[in-house]
Amino acid sequence: MGKTLSRLRIFLLLPLVALLGGCNFVVMNPAGDIAVQQRDLVVVSVVLMLLIIIPVMFLIVFFSWKYRQANTEAKYEPDWDHSTHLELVIWAIPLLIIICLGAITWSSTHLLDPYRRLDRISPGNAATLNDPLLVEVVALDWKWLFIYPEYGVAAVNELVAPVDRQIRFKITATSVMNSFYIPALAGQIYAMPGMETKLHAVINKAGKYDGFSANYSGAGFSNMRFVFHGVDQAGFDGWIAKAKSSQDKLSRDVYLQLEKPSEKVPVKLYNSFDADLYKLILNQCAQPGKMCMSEMMAIDSKGGMGLASARNILPLKYNISQLDGSAAVKNYVASVCTVADAVREAADRTFTPGDSTPMSGAGLPRRRNTTEPFQFTPAPSPAERRASNT
Amino acid sequence: MSAVTGIAENTGLAKILFGRLTFESLPLHEPIVVATFCAVALGGIALVAGVTYFRLWGYLWKEWFTSVDHKKIGIMYMILGLVMFLRGFADAVMMRLQQALAFNGSEGYLNAHHYDQVFTAHGVIMIFFVAMPFVTGLMNYIVPLQIGARDVSFPFLNNFSFWMTTGGAILVMMSLFIGEFAKTGWLAYPPLSNIGYSPDVGVDYYIWALQIAGVGTTLSGINLIATIVKMRCPGMTMMKMPIFTWTSLCTNVLIVASFPVLTACLALLSLDRYIGTNFFTNDLGGNPMMYVNLIWIWGHPEVYILILPLFGVYSEITSTFSGKKLFGYTSMVYATIVITILSYLVWLHHFFTMGSGASVNSFFGITTMIISIPTGAKIFNWLFTMYRGRIRFDLPMMWTVAFMLTFVIGGMTGVMLAIPPADFVLHNSLFLIAHFHNVIIGGVVFGVFAAINFWFPKAFGFKLDEFWGKVSFWFWVIGFWVAFAPLYVLGFMGVTRRMRVFDDPSLQIWFVIAGIGAAMIAAGIGALLVQIAVSIWRRKELTDHTGDPWNGRTLEWATSSPPPDYNFAFTPVVHDNDAWYDMKQRGYARPLQGFKPIHMPKNTGTGIILSGFATALGFALIWYMWLAAAVCFVAIIAGAIYHTFNYKRDFHIPVDHVINTEAERTKLLAAQAAS
Repeated sequence: MGKTLSRLRIFLLLPLVALLGGCNFVVMNPAGDIAVQQRDLVVVSVVLMLLIIIPVMFLIVFFSWKYRQANTEAKYEPDWDHSTHLELVIWAIPLLIIICLGAITWSSTHLLDPYRRLDRISPGNAATLNDPLLVEVVALDWKWLFIYPEYGVAAVNELVAPVDRQIRFKITATSVMNSFYIPALAGQIYAMPGMETKLHAVINKAGKYDGFSANYSGAGFSNMRFVFHGVDQAGFDGWIAKAKSSQDKLSRDVYLQLEKPSEKVPVKLYNSFDADLYKLILNQCAQPGKMCMSEMMAIDSKGGMGLASARNILPLKYNISQLDGSAAVKNYVASVCTVADAVREAADRTFTPGDSTPMSGAGLPRRRNTTEPFQFTPAPSPAERRASNT
Repeated sequence: MSAVTGIAENTGLAKILFGRLTFESLPLHEPIVVATFCAVALGGIALVAGVTYFRLWGYLWKEWFTSVDHKKIGIMYMILGLVMFLRGFADAVMMRLQQALAFNGSEGYLNAHHYDQVFTAHGVIMIFFVAMPFVTGLMNYIVPLQIGARDVSFPFLNNFSFWMTTGGAILVMMSLFIGEFAKTGWLAYPPLSNIGYSPDVGVDYYIWALQIAGVGTTLSGINLIATIVKMRCPGMTMMKMPIFTWTSLCTNVLIVASFPVLTACLALLSLDRYIGTNFFTNDLGGNPMMYVNLIWIWGHPEVYILILPLFGVYSEITSTFSGKKLFGYTSMVYATIVITILSYLVWLHHFFTMGSGASVNSFFGITTMIISIPTGAKIFNWLFTMYRGRIRFDLPMMWTVAFMLTFVIGGMTGVMLAIPPADFVLHNSLFLIAHFHNVIIGGVVFGVFAAINFWFPKAFGFKLDEFWGKVSFWFWVIGFWVAFAPLYVLGFMGVTRRMRVFDDPSLQIWFVIAGIGAAMIAAGIGALLVQIAVSIWRRKELTDHTGDPWNGRTLEWATSSPPPDYNFAFTPVVHDNDAWYDMKQRGYARPLQGFKPIHMPKNTGTGIILSGFATALGFALIWYMWLAAAVCFVAIIAGAIYHTFNYKRDFHIPVDHVINTEAERTKLLAAQAAS
């Protein structure tokens, strides 16, 4: 068994040896303060656990050797199977370590919550107030779109940020789930269609870093990579100017072309973008004529549209051709209905809600006393409400 | 929702009969698949020819396929697991090779379409059709023997469960040659697995393979719970049950409670795909996050479904080979129960990165860490079972020690991943891959090998060859670390999983090392097959007539090897834990007379026939062959109803047969004692 062990240990040491060898261990040696703190957590947790794991591994080997059958000198107690003291110890030691780790987990999870604004940009340097660089991130099949609303520019597969300035990412996706990850900067967070996640981070060292999707998203996933440049303020201004001077404009039409699946897309800069483009992407309605999720939710939060709503999901033949000419369009609200349609539909019809007298009780709407036409006003969606709050 | 892909589409009658299955569905353009198909076809033809030549069909049908004997079903589960293991491992080798090659602008040798199927199939097969059959097979074989029962509670159901699991495996194998498998990763997250982004048959193969196999798994869970609760022999109170039986009970509770969640989740996904509902789409209020939550509510307990029985195996082995009672039996039982309960409270740790709030994330992080407490206690219990023992390092014990050393590292990396901010940098990376292979190979696979080496002589009456077993052991253990230590390293370099090509050439060396590790594991698997072949060859020398080759402690060692159909001529009576050890201590004498006819369940072909229809139903649904699907569905219902009218379900083993069998054993035991 001793031989086994020495062999095993050599392999366990491999990572260590390599560490000294100077590979690019970006997770262990990141350039952003958030990633540094996350790295520290990895190290602290390992050290805490090694406190128990090393003695246990030693004991496994030691007992295997000491109580081997050939060693007839060792004590043999075939019926010894209980010791309250020992049991207390073997439950207590892991418990203590987990209490320590649990405390660390609770506080670090809150402090390093990606949704939380940074309170420092590096150890000892408090974050200056209220000047985060806002970047809206969109994961597309299979490339990344970065929109800089403050500067009015956008870029595909290139992200640039000044060092030591807080970056506030708002992240979404167009089709399937991805994960937005720049190991040197900060931990990852999912990019999900129709939803928005947030990430706050800061880069402390200028340099070129890898960014990529860390969640498998289909055929082009392997090449869904971009370069993240941490640059000084002058460099950042220069890059913005470069983007401004580019010839391309990210209109909705251009975006709809960009949205189509493609791989290994070269870096592309846009001098401007259509108003609310990110919001339209987030609400899955960049395609003209499609109802936004926020609008749909607003309708729902008003109690839906009753019969009019039911009619919406019937095939609306008149609308099909003007979408993309395809007859195979699914008969969904999402693909055939605009807000204007919905409001018109509702206004066109005066309908009486069915008689709900036989059904009464908690949760059921009170009987409406009416033949008056249904009035529809869209309410702000949760996403919009959040947006207006921040 | 007509067939969205497929250049050639069936029309008219062909569409009714064949749905969207056309000649173009056959992957004739993939040379690797064609070559594999030829090899499999030749092998299959040889096998069928061999079976026909030796006139084995009748024997196989009567003695195995239709058997309701839990021992034979257990062995068939193990064979299923082993066969699928070879397939799953072939996928692993393909991945390792692709990742070792695809550098410096090289695309490797697999295109995305093929590679993405390979890693999906690897995950699905290894979990559902390797680990699950192995675990179910072990429980099926061992549990009734350990509790002194003659069979499980519902023997027909047991046969049916096995064939349903096999039906799922057959569908997965068919996807290799007819159509394609899912390209979504092993959990098929929507929206990627929705019809919009995966219009092909791959995800449908995935859904129906898992649904059909899931029926088998759930029913076998119910069966084993009933068996353990109701069929223990006199005197065996709950706290006198062997620890393997305890862990099996907890596992089956987990199965019964969690598999319906998987079934429901996949059913919702299939509604999305087949009839255009929007449970998990991006539109119309559908939410993919719901799927991710649901599937992990099943998925995390699944991890414990796999590992708990093996914890039981390690407990039995440590105690047997240390020649000692298990240290802290009671705390071991409670640790198992605590793990069972907690395993339902941790699922969210698989997606901390989804952006739940800090409080939600820390709750799930901390519950995850709490699970490590009972698990740690188990490690200590095994440790102190070895303490002051007389440890014999036969193969099962070697695997157990290798497990303990390997598993603690896997446990440690698991707790690292349980800290949400640390998970943000390691999630979905190769570090994660290394972690779960560390616990699944180090825990489940090593445990299965330990169990095979331990119980093989019980099942077949001869031990496995020691030399080849050791060769396999060393290749496996060292190969495992060579294959997966580099993945830990790559994780720290920020390399993510499921990558097909790489642009950083400095990573290549690590993938090459991992590939070498995979080759060593392949040698280990080869040695295992050689071990089995050599053991069969040398079975005369390796024969054990005592039925108790390891000086065992639990009831399965009290009967002959292999046990007679009826397991025990007389139902044992238990007075203490480690019942057989206790009987031996008190000078137990085998009863030699007073035998009675034994009431036993009768074999039936209904299980294999029904599951054959279920598999055909799955295939028909995958290819939109609605007519065939309707026929199969009606056939299943009609067959099941017809079977309820089968009143010839049992028979009595004549007393003469029992007397002869037992006399034979008496003779063998006497011969053994004399020599």
